[in-house]
Amino acid sequence: MLNAPITSRSTASPDIRPGATPRELRCTGEWLLRSAAQIDVRIDACLSVMPLPTGGEMLIDAQAVTALDTSGAWLLHRTRRDLELGGCTVSFTGLRPEFEALLRLIATRTTPATHGPQSEPGALNRIGGKAWESLLGAFGLLSFLGASAIALMRELVQPRRIRWKSILYNLQTAGVAALPITGLLAFLLGIVIAYQGAEQLSRVGANIYIADLVGLSMVRELSPLITAIIIAGRSGSAYAAQIATMKVTEEVDALRTIGIAPIDLLVLPKVIALVIALPLLTVYTDIMGILGGMVMARAQLDVGYATFIDRLDEAVSLTSFLIGIGKAPVFAVIIALVGCYQGFQVSGSAESVGQQTTKSVVQAIFLVILADALFSIAFSWLNI
Amino acid sequence: MSAAADTAVNSEADDAVIDIRGLNTSFGDAVVHRDVNLTVRRGEIFALVGGSGCGKSTMLREIIMLQQPVSGSIRVFSSEVVGLSDEQALPFRRRWGVMFERGALFSSLTVTENVAMVIREHTDLDPSLADEMAALRIALTGLPADAGRKYPSELSGGMRKRAALARALALDPELLLLDEPTAGLDPLSAVGIDELVRNLRDALGLTIMMVTHDLDLLWRVADRVAVLGEGRILGVGTMQELSRSEDATIREYFHGPRGRGAMEQAWNRK
Repeated sequence: MLNAPITSRSTASPDIRPGATPRELRCTGEWLLRSAAQIDVRIDACLSVMPLPTGGEMLIDAQAVTALDTSGAWLLHRTRRDLELGGCTVSFTGLRPEFEALLRLIATRTTPATHGPQSEPGALNRIGGKAWESLLGAFGLLSFLGASAIALMRELVQPRRIRWKSILYNLQTAGVAALPITGLLAFLLGIVIAYQGAEQLSRVGANIYIADLVGLSMVRELSPLITAIIIAGRSGSAYAAQIATMKVTEEVDALRTIGIAPIDLLVLPKVIALVIALPLLTVYTDIMGILGGMVMARAQLDVGYATFIDRLDEAVSLTSFLIGIGKAPVFAVIIALVGCYQGFQVSGSAESVGQQTTKSVVQAIFLVILADALFSIAFSWLNI
Repeated sequence: MSAAADTAVNSEADDAVIDIRGLNTSFGDAVVHRDVNLTVRRGEIFALVGGSGCGKSTMLREIIMLQQPVSGSIRVFSSEVVGLSDEQALPFRRRWGVMFERGALFSSLTVTENVAMVIREHTDLDPSLADEMAALRIALTGLPADAGRKYPSELSGGMRKRAALARALALDPELLLLDEPTAGLDPLSAVGIDELVRNLRDALGLTIMMVTHDLDLLWRVADRVAVLGEGRILGVGTMQELSRSEDATIREYFHGPRGRGAMEQAWNRK
């Protein structure tokens, strides 16, 4: 009925019921996949109403079976098998020759199913498994860092092995192409901070300190962080997806057999390019963020551009600026390595490519913020 | 009752399961098919052969409505399939099984789930019976029982091919479309596949259309073969007929070093 427009087979309802004698079953109708659920129910019903003979001969009269596909044949075969397990010898009568051939095919291809139900692991087992997995992941990331460092050393010793073309390409995609979005976001962030500060500062008549507020918070903290987070979402995920897909399609294995270390070609150029690009992007977002703050300062607090810049010179020391810029290469290494590492961890399914990509972004952002916190603690100890 | 069923079948079709008329396909300037006509009859094993890039797989994709020809008519089960909406295509898709060249198994599902998913989508079987039916398909294609629990990435190339065939058989199709069923298989597995193809046809009355390069497979199972080249059908017939053809391309195809070997083997078997 579902495919009525192009099906013209008559639908004789399939059935199985006890025959004339207790040692006989009668099958009728079309034994096809689309009515398999119905047949299954009928078989259960039939076998439960009749007292099953144990041992002896059983006859299945299949003369009135008008159509049979593999599903129907399987159900017939299964019925016979169940009866035979009860000790009967089962024979069919009236089966059309082509159906008999199909039944034989089914019988020879299927062996008694022996798969027992798989035991589900318990809660403790699962927690332990997850914990072990996380630990292995941490070790994996560390050893990946080590392997990349060794590869980098090798390239530094033999500078002609450095893949400049690939580095430049990555600089373009991860650096230059990210200018509009990072710039815009930093500008907006500058506006937001200036707006939040303006209210408080104007209350105490300390309008000019808006330059301190925007300048310091952008240059020291926010600009490196926001840039790193955008790049983690933008480039880290791309690295993970690219490497994961290459691994699924065996391109990574192909590289290895050609004699190119995947780390040399796929990881190092990305790391090097990002270590160059992220500090530069951070300088750029510093400028854009302060620009946003300047615009807001003039609009809300009547602090002119010239006054703002004069004050900025006093407020933001070179140390503060360098601290902000200095974090960027560390963030860059984290983002590039986590992205590449997660890409290599793919397990072969399309779903896993998605999972690894998500993981790379979440983990990279987590580690970037963690590193930032560690920097803050270290700087407060050092009093800078 | 059987007579009624027979007349029903006869009234449905004049024996043609796939009927292609005046098919034209081109990608930009590249013409792939130029006014191609082709008929696949009920119950036969039909093979489409030809050099790489001659549009065999494209034709298969047009039949299964993954691609639209520029012009022409493709009738499957006596109904036009060109230009159907997805909804209109559904009844057709329930009646044929397709096996892709590289398997195209869903990588995040196990083999059993790959097959059972199709069955559950289109029938009202309860999960355990659907799994049973899936296990049957898997067994039919000659895979070991424990293969069902594995993911496609854990299978060898040949096993993946069998799993793909199991999925194509999920709905007990009337028409089976196979893209390179034996490519990448070891000779023993390939023989297994072609025996299976023939058994299924004999037992179920399936119509099978396949695209293949495997000359042994052609000699062993194909009832009729069409050679595609230069955008048109260069010849259609049994392997014996084609091997006597005068056409240069066909001669090259069947009388090359590999073609001759396969032919001699086929003759020796007879």
